[in-house]
Amino acid sequence: MLDGVKIGILGVLTLLLAMAANYGQDQVYTFHALLLFAIAATAMIWTIRNAGSGRITTATPETGYMDDVVRYGVIATAFWGVVGFLIGTYIAFQLAFPLLNWDLPWTSFGRLRPLHTSAVIFAFGGNALIATSFYVVQRTTAARLWGGNTAWFVFWGYQLFIVLAATGYVLGSTQSKEYAEPEWYVDLWLTVVWVAYLVVFMGTLIKRKEPHIYVANWFFLAFIVTVAMLHLVNNTTIPVSIFSSQSVILFPGVQGAMVQWWYGHNAVGFFLTAGFLGMMYYFIPKQAERPIYSYRLSIIHFWALIFLYIWAGPHHLHYTALPDWAQTLGMVMSIILWMPSWGGMINGLMTLQGAWDKLRTDPVLRMLVISVGFYGMSTFEGPMMSIKAVNSLSHYTDWTIGHVHSGALGWNGMITFGALYFLVPRLWNRERLYSLTLVSWHFWLATIGIVLYASAMWVTGIMEGLMWREVDAQGFLVNSFADTVAAKFPMYVVRALGGVLFLTGALIMCYNLWKTAVGAGENVRVSAVPAE
Amino acid sequence: MSLLSKHGVIERNAMLLLVLSLIVVAIGGVVQIVPLFYLDNTIEEVDGVRPYSPLELAGRDIYIAEGCYVCHSQMIRAIRDEVDRYGHYSLAAESMYDHPFQWGSKRTGPDLARVGGRYSDDWHIAHFNNPRDLVPESIMPAYPWFARTPINADRIAQIMRAHRMAGVPYTDEMIDEAEADFRAQANPDDGDVDALLARYPKAQARNFDGQPGISQLDAMIAYLQMLGTLVDFSTFEPVTSR
Repeated sequence: MLDGVKIGILGVLTLLLAMAANYGQDQVYTFHALLLFAIAATAMIWTIRNAGSGRITTATPETGYMDDVVRYGVIATAFWGVVGFLIGTYIAFQLAFPLLNWDLPWTSFGRLRPLHTSAVIFAFGGNALIATSFYVVQRTTAARLWGGNTAWFVFWGYQLFIVLAATGYVLGSTQSKEYAEPEWYVDLWLTVVWVAYLVVFMGTLIKRKEPHIYVANWFFLAFIVTVAMLHLVNNTTIPVSIFSSQSVILFPGVQGAMVQWWYGHNAVGFFLTAGFLGMMYYFIPKQAERPIYSYRLSIIHFWALIFLYIWAGPHHLHYTALPDWAQTLGMVMSIILWMPSWGGMINGLMTLQGAWDKLRTDPVLRMLVISVGFYGMSTFEGPMMSIKAVNSLSHYTDWTIGHVHSGALGWNGMITFGALYFLVPRLWNRERLYSLTLVSWHFWLATIGIVLYASAMWVTGIMEGLMWREVDAQGFLVNSFADTVAAKFPMYVVRALGGVLFLTGALIMCYNLWKTAVGAGENVRVSAVPAE
Repeated sequence: MSLLSKHGVIERNAMLLLVLSLIVVAIGGVVQIVPLFYLDNTIEEVDGVRPYSPLELAGRDIYIAEGCYVCHSQMIRAIRDEVDRYGHYSLAAESMYDHPFQWGSKRTGPDLARVGGRYSDDWHIAHFNNPRDLVPESIMPAYPWFARTPINADRIAQIMRAHRMAGVPYTDEMIDEAEADFRAQANPDDGDVDALLARYPKAQARNFDGQPGISQLDAMIAYLQMLGTLVDFSTFEPVTSR
């Protein structure tokens, strides 16, 4: 009976998608309709072939936790991470050597840059968040994920979102809103997936067996619900036609800019900060085997952080046509935001009280701790750059790019790597990681890569900012724009090499995790570890 | 610390935690965004700003699809060197019909808010074909396919209707004549340019790419050549209350 309903729904879906492909008004729309048609048709045939053979039930493991979906999430995180870093490194080389654009639409920087940012933020970061939140919420509530296969729907639905967004960018489909580039139907699909995610997470919290909701889950919950709000408001759009991939964003000019950066800054604040703080609050105490430093600090910094972050958007619009009151309000709130940000950093770092010695012996903990260090550095740099006088120099320059990457590579990247190193032995029932030496290699490659990246961008950013404003004794501008571009070349090469190091580290991680998962680590004799 | 001890209530009630979080995160956005829609001084009144002509709009859509906003801003800040380099600082009114805005966030290339009229059509043709032929230091990708990719006006009226729904004051006449205006602007010998100019003052009508037919390059250059040209700054007086 259930199979019949499923087959019926998939059949109708297949038909509708075939029609959509037929009536599609542009290349992207037709391509996506065909892609979805193929997926729906495959799912329908698969369901028909398996109909009546009874439900395939896999035995629930002893723990009662739903870990298969977390395992898939871990693999997806590592995979999309490598993809995102690879594209990032490639476009870094494009900026040094424009020949690499190949004079083709699909490989030109303007299309690949959104591909890079989305792959890293949403594919790598998003999968890391979904996988770790599913893992953490089960362990801290002592309950299995609520909603049966809904968690699987969230996982596969999210991968579909990534594929639709990525192929759209390459084919030239974008709303031109940074970090919210996917077009209307991709946004609608993400909304469905995100609501399912919220339902699974809330459902698990509600049926928890622990009386208290652990602090990591506060952050995960705030991240999920705020991202839902931001996504819905920022993507308010009018499709040109139901058969067109194109749409017209509702909010114009000034108001549109404010809405975009309200969204944009809080993609950072909630996707890349609140959610990842949830990871910090679980994995650092577990890996250090110490309790969280301060419960009170976690309460204060949680509410202060989520309240204040939302106000910071206008610092992306200093000295623009946005009214002054909004700019100043955004600046003041951004500076205040420094405090709750460092509250989180202090709570994370001080958790190591009494366990600092482990940093010498445990490279995984080292990775988690340096990520909090980068978090602290970025959340100091951010408020500083939001000061109008500083921003007048830094805005529009590479300094911003450097700032973003010390946060994204240092904080989000490193804490995710640490979490993956923590999760893989546990999820695949292995005693230990295949090689701690390789973890150390990853740690140093990634750290040196970030330092090269960030310092190269500080130099180019401040240099071009100063060159743009340089005037001679008569008050005339000294440098043409092209002069500043030429001056940046050496640092662009250094930046790309930093990316290569970071990518190499991630590839080493994938090898190490793979060897761990297949059980190669079990064969390593203690005697094989070099004496230290 | 009595207040903090009461926090236990929230920690035991997932729904309460959810609702309170949502309220707390909603406040900042409401305070910063909502007033922009009703405060009169958000957008100053300026003569000359008009909706994009059909060909300009098609060019703008290419600008968006190719991700030009990734490297080029269209927002001259009220700072001395920017005004010296790019022209009068950008006014809020100048992007009031931009759905969405193209202010950008990064200048890997120069600002384009007032690029209109700064270079000749021939310059743009050569520059899109290979930027390094004109600016050896440039790291901009080349866009040689613009010149050889024809575009038509089939969908332009539909796109304009969507813009009208979003609040752009396109009249029925503008939408009815969209295809004719589209062709007239790129090929003035074969259309009613006076009618185009009546509907879209200061629109520039000529064969932008120098080739027969209408290509992406025509639309792109038409868009770039009008950027920042609509407001007459010899008569503009800033409002001091802003």
